[in-house]
Amino acid sequence: MNKQYDVCVIGGGAAGMSSALGAVKNGAKKVLLVERDIELGGILQQCIHNGFGLHHFHEELTGPAYAERLKTELLETNVEIKLETTVLEITKDKTVHLMNKVDGYQIIEAKSIVVAIGCRERTRHQIGIPGKRFNGIMTAGLAQRYLNIDGYLVGKNVFILGSGDIGLIMARRMRLEGANVLGVAELMPYSNGLNRNIVQCLHDYNIPLYLSHTVTGVSGKDRLEKVTISEVDENFQVKEGTSKTFEVDTLLLSVGLIPENKLLTDIQVEVNPITNGAYVDDQFQTNIPGIFACGNSLHVHDLVDFVAEESFESGKNAAKYALNQENNHISIPVKPASNVRYVIPNKIKISDDEVTFKFRVTKPMNKGLIIVKQGDSVIKEIKKSHLLPAEMESVKLNKSLFKPNSQDEIFVEVKGVE
Amino acid sequence: MFKKEMICIVCPRGCKLTVTKENEEYQVNGNFCKRGIKYGISEIVNPVRQVTSTVKIDGATHRRLPVITDREIPKDLIFKVMNEINQVSIQAPVKCGEIIIKNVLNTDANIIASRSMEEL
Repeated sequence: MNKQYDVCVIGGGAAGMSSALGAVKNGAKKVLLVERDIELGGILQQCIHNGFGLHHFHEELTGPAYAERLKTELLETNVEIKLETTVLEITKDKTVHLMNKVDGYQIIEAKSIVVAIGCRERTRHQIGIPGKRFNGIMTAGLAQRYLNIDGYLVGKNVFILGSGDIGLIMARRMRLEGANVLGVAELMPYSNGLNRNIVQCLHDYNIPLYLSHTVTGVSGKDRLEKVTISEVDENFQVKEGTSKTFEVDTLLLSVGLIPENKLLTDIQVEVNPITNGAYVDDQFQTNIPGIFACGNSLHVHDLVDFVAEESFESGKNAAKYALNQENNHISIPVKPASNVRYVIPNKIKISDDEVTFKFRVTKPMNKGLIIVKQGDSVIKEIKKSHLLPAEMESVKLNKSLFKPNSQDEIFVEVKGVE
Repeated sequence: MFKKEMICIVCPRGCKLTVTKENEEYQVNGNFCKRGIKYGISEIVNPVRQVTSTVKIDGATHRRLPVITDREIPKDLIFKVMNEINQVSIQAPVKCGEIIIKNVLNTDANIIASRSMEEL
């Protein structure tokens, strides 16, 4: 079949743009990038704070400036871009069903497809906050969009549940715009945000952080009026008599992100229940040949630099697949072991190049030893001075370290060192 | 004697620093590396931050244009700088890096656009 495109990338955020660049710079002649919004950039456009780009561009950029760098690079290539275009479905034989005002309903064919559609915020519904459904409870990312792109301050007196980076950054942002931020509650005994954000967003503005606390009640009539938080024990059970009430009109939720993968699950791509993203090999290819996944729709990242780097690779591999340069080596499963929540990739093909394992630990550790094993034999040990669940770890290894003719599985584990 | 505790933000390790001052001499404890000493002292002597916000923009793709101070400003001027930023209204088009407010409050810092925005 004469396919219209070599590679079709779905999603025009940091991941999709990087992936399209990876594809076009590695020989793909016809690349199509599909984006549902009116412009490229994705969630970076609403992340107006700085601190992006230290690894990739070696300077500190705001989200929109980071997006503009990628976009400028992309517009110098011959990648075809369709904006305001919704992808309805993709198929195993790699057609993409899309729709927009100009083309109407269209089915395009590609030799390979990269899915880079990001993640979604967990909502009030998903964490089961009881109470009526009045105004004033929303996700932190939505409030960020309203404030930074549309220019609406969503509340005057704010409480935040969840100390992930988006929650912390919105605490500062709302405070700067004149709102009172009464506090941030975190279920875990440690914050899930980066240290720099705890200091620059909470300490700088004297915003209290309530660790091991959760929201146990909300009340109001048309609009939220009160939020009650309580302390929890080590099993996350509420401790009696520890409740505090805050008079607020707004509760922002920063309670986790979930990779968006419906396009993939509709065609039976295998999904990892820990990350909610696809199982991929070291080429970012899913179990369906020629279908690739990257960025936050594969696993949630804390730094966009890692998204860009990983997505560029996925685009490069999608190009190789489209040009039939893919070589078939035996693939060996990669699995998380003690203190490791997940590892990506989920399998690797043994060849002569390098692989980067990305993973997260299950709990904060002051000192730790990262161990990569194949079967029982230790391949590599790396000492680390600190490990946090909020910070993705990565280990780059030469694949020649692994036993090529063995089917022994690879494990990544972390040992605490006292 | 002056004493302050803080978390170092130079790297992700996040050392718990204790900065003390006695006889005009600063002492930093709890730091893992040398950069912590520099950070700890500067946080006491002259804490500075970059500020990011948005200004009103007309005739553009969106209603707000993201802006940033092109260098760090003293921490105690943050809200005053925010007040200046909130007075501004500009017209599209604008280029990334274009100066929106020059030498804001005599800090030597300019408020610049952190993205381009075309005219609608």
